[in-house]
Amino acid sequence: MSKSIDQIFISAKQWLLSWLTGAPDWVIQVASSLINIFTLLAVFLTLFALMSVLERKILGRIQNRYGPNRVGPFGLLQPVADGIKMLIKEDIVPARADKIVHFLAPILIAAAAVLALGVIPYGRNMTPFTIDGGILFFFAVGSTTELAVFMAGWGSNNKFSMLGAMRAIAQMISYELPLIITVLPVVMVVGSLNPDAIVAAQNGYALGLVPRWFVFTPWGATAFILFFVSGLVESNRTPFDVPEGESEIVAGHMTEYSGFKYATFFMAEYIGMFAITGLAATLFLGGWHSPMRALEFLPSYVWFFAKLSALLFVYIWLRGTLPRTRVDQIMNFAWKFMLPMAFTCVIAAAVWHYAGRGLRGWLWSLVVIAIVYTALSILLDARRKFAPRTYRFAE
Amino acid sequence: MTPTLQIFLIISAALFSIGLLAALSRRHAIFILIGIEMMLAAANLNFIAFWRFNPGSLQTTGVMVAIFSIAIAAAEAAVGLALVIAVYRHYRTTNVDQLDQLKG
Amino acid sequence: MSSTAFIVIAILTLAAALAAATLQKLMHAALSFAVALVGVAAFFFSLGAEFVGLVLVFVYIGAVAVLIVFTILLTRRDVGKDRGTNWSGVIVAVAVFGGLIWTILETPSLSAAAPQIPALTVRRIGEALMTNYVWPLQCIGVLLTAALIGALILVMEERR
Repeated sequence: MSKSIDQIFISAKQWLLSWLTGAPDWVIQVASSLINIFTLLAVFLTLFALMSVLERKILGRIQNRYGPNRVGPFGLLQPVADGIKMLIKEDIVPARADKIVHFLAPILIAAAAVLALGVIPYGRNMTPFTIDGGILFFFAVGSTTELAVFMAGWGSNNKFSMLGAMRAIAQMISYELPLIITVLPVVMVVGSLNPDAIVAAQNGYALGLVPRWFVFTPWGATAFILFFVSGLVESNRTPFDVPEGESEIVAGHMTEYSGFKYATFFMAEYIGMFAITGLAATLFLGGWHSPMRALEFLPSYVWFFAKLSALLFVYIWLRGTLPRTRVDQIMNFAWKFMLPMAFTCVIAAAVWHYAGRGLRGWLWSLVVIAIVYTALSILLDARRKFAPRTYRFAE
Repeated sequence: MTPTLQIFLIISAALFSIGLLAALSRRHAIFILIGIEMMLAAANLNFIAFWRFNPGSLQTTGVMVAIFSIAIAAAEAAVGLALVIAVYRHYRTTNVDQLDQLKG
Repeated sequence: MSSTAFIVIAILTLAAALAAATLQKLMHAALSFAVALVGVAAFFFSLGAEFVGLVLVFVYIGAVAVLIVFTILLTRRDVGKDRGTNWSGVIVAVAVFGGLIWTILETPSLSAAAPQIPALTVRRIGEALMTNYVWPLQCIGVLLTAALIGALILVMEERR
């Protein structure tokens, strides 16, 4: 029974495809891909709509106010109203803009965000597109975002746009290194770039109780935190939202966009966020595996989306809690702390592997990480003495 | 009709010639770099095509050469573009025809 | 791969490459260059070398294209001056193309169909990189480090 509920979407797809029996091979292939694409788009656009209203509600709770509560029950129809508003707004293109580049930028950024969703396993047998180098595909597609952001900044021919794009690219490139290097230990331990294999490697329970998720090893926990922070930067979220810091440069690379193009940027940002949290859940939180043997009767996709929602909630929580960091702080943090720690994760994973993947390996890798962390915190602690504050008055 | 080696080679030759065209006919340093990168990509396409159509071999030599040449192309682009920026700072131009002084 | 898809990708790649070589605006040329390289990566996919195609997209779009557009941004005051074409270069390029095509068409052994080969998994590439090709791999590492440091020194502001 629970097995059939677990595979209900697979069965539904098989049933849909059974209408096509007798058709040529390529028709079935194309139809199968189209079903995957439409399901993916439907699920994640719904999630985007839901997320946009829930984010405002949760931020409202954090800031001691109500949030949207006028449209529909509990304000749940707010995204529909927003969508209609965005659609009927005038689409303004600056007179001196590079029209083609200005037009193509939102398309490219949305396409890249949606493509990245395609390789994540959402449940048992529920990977939309199986590629042997799935993780590499994710990052290859994700790196296109930088080009799209640059196109938006350049095409707008506006100094705020250009500044925002420069900031965005600078921090994206800086944090792409820790993002990818923290994936390396997982790839090393599993021995595959295939997301399905990575999820399969996290099956089972140590001591019959603790799930064998990578987040429960010292290197995995460190890598997960680093990956999460880098993901926060890659999706330009608070506290790393300097590229679109409203109080400084209007809206960064999106300044000259209006109407539906602006909505596309907004959507791409959220979908990129889903993709990166989905990958974090896949790599470190066991993908669609359940945390306890007793709870395995729940379908696999429920677990995946539960983990995804938990991570997204942390995103919103951070946005409601932390102030915006400065550009130089972000850069220093990336190159002086994140990158060495990411390399340490690789070494710690190797130590864990060669010490037998048991308790001994656990302790040794903890020691490696603790040593590097302490050394880094001593080295980076400038203990800057601040001079007493002096005031200069206009004379 | 499945693509044969010949067709891949023709495409690769066309890509190489277009790269050569960009490298030889344009006067802007960045165009020249784009042309060189395109020629390297064409060479990679050749390597992969010859690897794929090599009968009865389990070797991965062609693929390896392509991977290494991609890495070298990245290094080359980084240094080349750094040179363009350094030259631009000095002469305020990126037109290679105007960079004809030996005196710095 | 079906021949229709192949023809579409071929036309797209060559058109984008030609645009990259001939467009007047540098930024458009750089973006066309990125499109042409995606086309090349698609060819790699069709030839069964998925990993190399992904590496190509990753390195060229994520790094080289971004570097090129950054350089265009940093040197943009120069844009707008003489953009003449060197016609002797065009003649040389056409001559090279003609020669290559003639050679390819004259060689009889090139029209064989693709043989069946085992799939090129990432595992196989990794094993080859770590056994037979470990020295080239180390050399590439040294080369990339040298290129990184060299590029940094080249663009560093001179201290006065």
